[in-house]
Amino acid sequence: MMAESRPHFASDPPIQVTANSDSRLGWLNHIPSWLHGWLVPIVVLALWQLSGYLGWVTPTQLPTPLAILRRFIELALNGELYRHVSISFVRAIAGFALGSIAGLALGTFTGIGRLIERTLDPSLQMLRTIPLLALTPLFILWFGIGEFSKMLLISLGAFFPVYLNTFLGIRSVDSKLFQVTRILGFSRWQMIRRLILPTALPNILLGLRLALGISWLVLVFAEMMGTSSGIGIMIEEARGYSNTDIVFVGIILFAIVGALSDYVVRKLEKKLLGWRDTYTG
Amino acid sequence: MSAPSLIIDQLNRTFASPSGPVHALSQIQLTVKQGEFITLIGPSGCGKSTLLKIVAGLDTEFEGQVHLNGKPILGPGIEKGVIFQEPRLFPWLTVEQNIAANLSLKKPEIKQRVQELIALVRLQGFESSYPRELSGGMAQRVAIARALLRNPEVLLLDEPFGALDAFTRAHMQEVLLDIWQKNRTTMLFVTHDLDEAVFLGERVVIMNPRPGHIREILSIDLPFPRTRTGSSFQELRRLVLQAFEKVDGPAIDPGAGI
Repeated sequence: MMAESRPHFASDPPIQVTANSDSRLGWLNHIPSWLHGWLVPIVVLALWQLSGYLGWVTPTQLPTPLAILRRFIELALNGELYRHVSISFVRAIAGFALGSIAGLALGTFTGIGRLIERTLDPSLQMLRTIPLLALTPLFILWFGIGEFSKMLLISLGAFFPVYLNTFLGIRSVDSKLFQVTRILGFSRWQMIRRLILPTALPNILLGLRLALGISWLVLVFAEMMGTSSGIGIMIEEARGYSNTDIVFVGIILFAIVGALSDYVVRKLEKKLLGWRDTYTG
Repeated sequence: MSAPSLIIDQLNRTFASPSGPVHALSQIQLTVKQGEFITLIGPSGCGKSTLLKIVAGLDTEFEGQVHLNGKPILGPGIEKGVIFQEPRLFPWLTVEQNIAANLSLKKPEIKQRVQELIALVRLQGFESSYPRELSGGMAQRVAIARALLRNPEVLLLDEPFGALDAFTRAHMQEVLLDIWQKNRTTMLFVTHDLDEAVFLGERVVIMNPRPGHIREILSIDLPFPRTRTGSSFQELRRLVLQAFEKVDGPAIDPGAGI
């Protein structure tokens, strides 16, 4: 028939190219789009729950999500969770603060001064390559297994990413803008405050983000070297008693804290680096 | 007659290179009067930018004498405002903050002066914009305002409109003349654009390379505002072009700046 063979005119209804016309994925459109990212986790959780329920895995190997949730609530209500989380939090933040402040200061010094770079940087680069956890025995030997020793170990882990990125950021100062500050008669302090630090800020924030992650990593290790409270030791003890559900509670806590701290740094980035004119994906 | 502001006497500049010393500037002799608009024109490699750098105090390894208001130039400073080909704004500062730079906007007299300059360079309404939101011409006007806030004795412009399109460039030239007529700042303007040199300068300094030297200084006795299409403008333009052709063929692209 003529009507079927004629070409597609602009006045015709538009051809449907949305997922609606795809019969295989059409059902996705019946689910609100904000739920799409949750589909995979929900399916995984359902399968996980089912496998425990049907007895395919033992609770010691893999407790069901509901059992983990129940334990989570129990620990939260009896105050155990708060006791462990608060002390871990203080340790991680103290170590992170100490390490990143030192990294920021030393990175700034070596970044600005060639002489300091030549004297200090080679040694720091050498120290950087030593796996931090290999130093644990020495830390125990020198500083014991007290809070100070833990904080020091965490701060050492937080130090290097901040140090390296601060240095890198400072060395990416545009020499043309540097010339402008000379012409405008910036003092040395103004040069640091108004040219060098703003330029280095994206790198510094990246360093802080990495350092935050490492702080939590080292925290678990530091707590496992011996203590009475903290998420790390909570996991370690639970493993000893085969309370796998508590191990999972600890892991979930780390995931939550990690996501939260990452969120804070990214908010900070958005606020401080809004001026950037870069590809945002 | 105004007093001389900038005196360049017996200036030589040699760069060391693997193949021996390169004579970038040879026996430069130039006196610029207070409030005068000088354009420097020449093909690339004639040392015009080097000359500007020396006056800016960014290059101090020269031989000879360079004096600004009787004082030798020892380094960069706010009395010598510099405008580069790129605006060189601080990307993390707004227009207002860029103009103020290391001066505090909290001081009412600075704030007020910045407002006046924003009006002068015709950027009202963009006080809080960031450089990434500005066009090339607007950004360059911010750079000019930043230099003017320091009340420079001389404004040194190194092909400031070279990266702009023809329409924006013509507009910027008029903005600059407007500023010059209001402020009477001494201008030293480097360009490789014939029209621009003749349109802006009271005197055009024609430079040639190998080694960089002043070939000729031409007075442009046309009243402001000038029109590019007038016969006297075209005649002067031809004279400048001839000065280049006298040396070794067309050293400058005759089509430049059309």
